[in-house]
Amino acid sequence: MTTLTETRRPAAAGRRTTPATVLADSWVIAKRNLIKIKRVPEILVFILISPIMFVLLFAYVFGGAITPADPEAYREFLIAGIFAQTVVFGSTFTGAGLAEDMQKGIIDRFRSLPMSRAAVLIGRTASDVVYNVLTLIIMALTGLLVGWRIRNSMFDALAGFALLLVFAYAFSWVMAYVGLLVPSVEVINNASFIVIMPMTFISNAFVPLESFPTPLRIFAEWNPVSTVTQASRDLFGNNLPMSAPSDAWSLQNPVLYTLIWTVVIVLIFAPLSIARYRRTSA
Amino acid sequence: MSDIIVASGLVKRYGEVTALDGLDLRVPEGTVLGLLGPNGAGKTTAVRILTTLLRADEGQATVAGIDVARDPQGVRSRIGLSGQYAAVDEHLTGFENLDMVGRLYGLGRTRSRERARELLERFSLADAGDRPSKTYSGGMRRRLDLAAALVAEPPVLVLDEPTTGLDVRARQEMWDVIQELVSGGSTLLLTTQYLEEADLLADDIIVIDHGRAIAHGTADQLKSQVGGERVELVVQDEGDTRAAFAALATVATSEVQRSGGGKRLSARVDAGQRALADVLHRLQEAGVEVLDIGLRRPTLDDVFLELTGHVAEERDNEADQDRELVGSKEGSR
Ligand SMILES: Nc1ncnc2c1ncn2[C@@H]1O[C@H](COP(=O)(O)OP(=O)(O)O)[C@@H](O)[C@H]1O
Ligand SMILES: [Mg+2]
Repeated sequence: MTTLTETRRPAAAGRRTTPATVLADSWVIAKRNLIKIKRVPEILVFILISPIMFVLLFAYVFGGAITPADPEAYREFLIAGIFAQTVVFGSTFTGAGLAEDMQKGIIDRFRSLPMSRAAVLIGRTASDVVYNVLTLIIMALTGLLVGWRIRNSMFDALAGFALLLVFAYAFSWVMAYVGLLVPSVEVINNASFIVIMPMTFISNAFVPLESFPTPLRIFAEWNPVSTVTQASRDLFGNNLPMSAPSDAWSLQNPVLYTLIWTVVIVLIFAPLSIARYRRTSA
Repeated sequence: MSDIIVASGLVKRYGEVTALDGLDLRVPEGTVLGLLGPNGAGKTTAVRILTTLLRADEGQATVAGIDVARDPQGVRSRIGLSGQYAAVDEHLTGFENLDMVGRLYGLGRTRSRERARELLERFSLADAGDRPSKTYSGGMRRRLDLAAALVAEPPVLVLDEPTTGLDVRARQEMWDVIQELVSGGSTLLLTTQYLEEADLLADDIIVIDHGRAIAHGTADQLKSQVGGERVELVVQDEGDTRAAFAALATVATSEVQRSGGGKRLSARVDAGQRALADVLHRLQEAGVEVLDIGLRRPTLDDVFLELTGHVAEERDNEADQDRELVGSKEGSR
């Protein structure tokens, strides 16, 4: 081995956080997270199995029971709901990833470096958008195979996808906070299942709202999972022909209502998570 | 010489547990301070406070003249930390790990890459540098973690139990690496549970127990307090303890200490080899059967016994045990 003569000049002396370093550091962290997709592509397969199963189960098993008259239309109706459910569940990844980093001591390494305090979280939530983009692409292709079609302009459809991603991004911040609070991958997975499963089932993701008893219907109408589903369903042009639209304000203005939720969630959970990250210790 | 690390009166409490109970320490520039103590003594807590990962409840600390509580970011840009459990990303290659750390220190793309290659070379990881670190042995991971601490050539290095959990060979390799750093003039704070390690690497040693410094000095000073060599023996039959005790007492220069349910006896001796022969002879005459007998150098336990009257106990500590499990799982892969 060569002699380890360290020069005494601290190469990083006085590194301060500026908007530019926040961006640069977030990018380094996001890239680091994305390398994992490359190294462990099985993860992607697992994320995709359940949405594809949902498409097939609902489309072919329940489809005939839910709208006996028009199973094809139901399949189209269903896709936006599956998209919404999957991207919202994708936020679990954010929490689990942070919990894993805490458990393995990587967060301690980051916290001992003169890097931006927000970058680990910004980088993590940003890289999880890439996961969601990949899953949306693969689900859209599966959807096309089972007869899903975009009935509006490509521009509208892209807006639908963008809204799904933006809403899921906000949800990532919620799970980031949970992941820092409860640094256990198992607990995160169970917790997100317990919270997200009812949110997606008590919504219009899989069935039209007319069939709901009143209290559940009111919850479902104001549930942001319903509105993000409704918004992308509108934008894809996939509404059921014979189904009466709900007159709740949230579902009349699903894009606006969803965006309000998105902004509010980020405004609450981003500062909470960053504050938690600063104080956190494994 | 100026002190690069200065801490005074550090206190940290976790509910009922007082992890640090008024710890003072100083590390002059270019020297190595060993923080020696058993599991649960408060070593990691001290390290975490000095590296800004944790806030002390009381007391102050400065690193390179910067207050750790008031300007943590300033401290972070001047330290390199290798924690008790190697904090490397197992999905990244060795190179990617170091490159990432360089970027986060703000070294820039070119410099980070150069530095990563340099360090892989120096730490004998060049061949493994482009493999995911998941495939590394425990010793390689520790070396990579240490390399990460050196990326920005920080003036202060903090190593928390750098060889705990390593096998004999990996430990020796780690010692070689650290000794080269030391001879290069790095300022280093090192924690360890092994007197031998502190002896080998540190200029100055603070022995801590229950969050407090109980002794301070060079390795030689500590050892002379404890005495040089010891004769230790284990009798086969409990009934022989008295006779063995008498035999050992004739050559001992300290009180004979008993442990292991009374069957294990040990005492300081001068002129170890002669004393050992003498004891053997007397045991022979008394017809005492020993299971084991030998000369050994003082250990942390002896230092503890001498300083506190009790052996360095392992405290029950769930958190530590959990981490240990994680550590060994990673190590075995
Ligand atoms: N996060 C924590 N919560 C509660 N107790 C802790 C925590 N961290 C450390 N301790 C306690 O503080 C004491 C000192 O721990 P530590 O600094 O890890 O010791 P060492 O590194 O010397 O083994 C131990 O009794 C340990 O149980
Ligand atoms: Mg420790």
